[in-house]
Amino acid sequence: MADNKRAQYKLHVGKIEEGFVIDHIQPGNGMRIYRDLGLDKLDCAVAIITNAISMKMGRKDMIKVEMPLREYDLDIIAFLDHSATVDIIQNGEIIDRPRMELPKEIKNVIACKNPRCITSVERELDQIFVLTDAKSGTYRCRYCETKFRQG
Amino acid sequence: MPRCIMSPLDLTVSELDDLMRIAMDIMEKPEKYAHACDGKILATLFYEPSTRTRLSFEAAMLRLGGKTMGFHSADSSSAAKGETVADTIRVISQFADICAMRHPKEGAAFVAAEKAGIPVINAGDGGHQHPTQTLTDLMTIKALKGHFDDLTVGMCGDLKFGRTVHSLIRALVRYANVKFIFISPGELTLPSYIRDDLLIQNNIAFREVTKLEDVLPSLDLLYMTRVQRERFFNEEDYVRLKDFYILDKKKMELAGKDMLVLHPLPRVNEIATEVDSDPRAVYFEQVRYGMYIRMALILKLLEVEAAKKQ
Repeated sequence: MADNKRAQYKLHVGKIEEGFVIDHIQPGNGMRIYRDLGLDKLDCAVAIITNAISMKMGRKDMIKVEMPLREYDLDIIAFLDHSATVDIIQNGEIIDRPRMELPKEIKNVIACKNPRCITSVERELDQIFVLTDAKSGTYRCRYCETKFRQG
Repeated sequence: MPRCIMSPLDLTVSELDDLMRIAMDIMEKPEKYAHACDGKILATLFYEPSTRTRLSFEAAMLRLGGKTMGFHSADSSSAAKGETVADTIRVISQFADICAMRHPKEGAAFVAAEKAGIPVINAGDGGHQHPTQTLTDLMTIKALKGHFDDLTVGMCGDLKFGRTVHSLIRALVRYANVKFIFISPGELTLPSYIRDDLLIQNNIAFREVTKLEDVLPSLDLLYMTRVQRERFFNEEDYVRLKDFYILDKKKMELAGKDMLVLHPLPRVNEIATEVDSDPRAVYFEQVRYGMYIRMALILKLLEVEAAKKQ
């Protein structure tokens, strides 16, 4: 009986008409992307799905946003989660899946965690991270060169 | 943007060679350079005290005929009123022709370099970079050994937090067949970004040992460092590790007759004072070489040449 219930259970999140879907997010990473992308500050509908079943990844997180994607967001998504993909939705249909490339520089998305960095005391400085190794996706603080670690 | 020096690697090997050649020329013919910087001002912006580095910069500029001004602690600068590095450097740029900046926070000199209208030399930014110390070390080796290739270099003490050690390694791996022997207690070994990412990845020959006596006979150069209290969050760890190595006369007997002992100074007790009179102990001469290489660097950044007629 319990198995039957589980089989019948499906999570439905409504289709969006205009906006974008960030798919194939590493499980557990969704909330962080939600915050770092500033989606918590939007006044449009945003759905976060965590630990969804994925044929490709086993488990994944997804975010649906009912608002057009800006170019700036794409860079940040690529930086925050290398496995994530983005679908652009118009009139309820996927019209594009743009190629994600690691941005050369990330500005004011994440903060340097090195307590000895100049940005820890001079708060008006932009928080800038620079791609120093594209192969490994390594970013370093532009000022103190501390490596950015996810999580 | 004027040329600034943030890290020793900002200079190519050939630029470094050129700089050391000029420094040697200054040593031999100081009169040729005595007025090279007439009318120029060097600002020394020291947000934390570092007497030796500041005086070395000031002596360098004075010996080139220039003048100096500045402050030697954050308390005696506008930083005490809350002025940012970016604003301070924009103001100083109106007065001076070149500046040397020391700051306890990492990356501070980079902020200055971005906003300055004059060349900025990083005179130490926390545990990050201190390029003129590395230039000093290289100049000392060049002047006393004549070459970098094929040297066996021992580095002893705090190799984990020792900024000078990391910078010197990065500078020396650019030369052929330099071998390293790292001597440190287990807690103060090289961080992985030097050991794995730099040395192993580039197939640089090195060994890690804990006993200094065992390796002394095989060294061309011993770079001693101090265990720095300010790098520890825990006083107990500092007290336990500060006296781990003490280089004394007895240990020096094990070393070869041409092995040089370098130290970035200040020394605490890791080199016994009885070693000072040993001709292989060159850490005080090293300070002098530091001044000459700073003179050469100031000339280069100001794009000033020596007097033609001598």
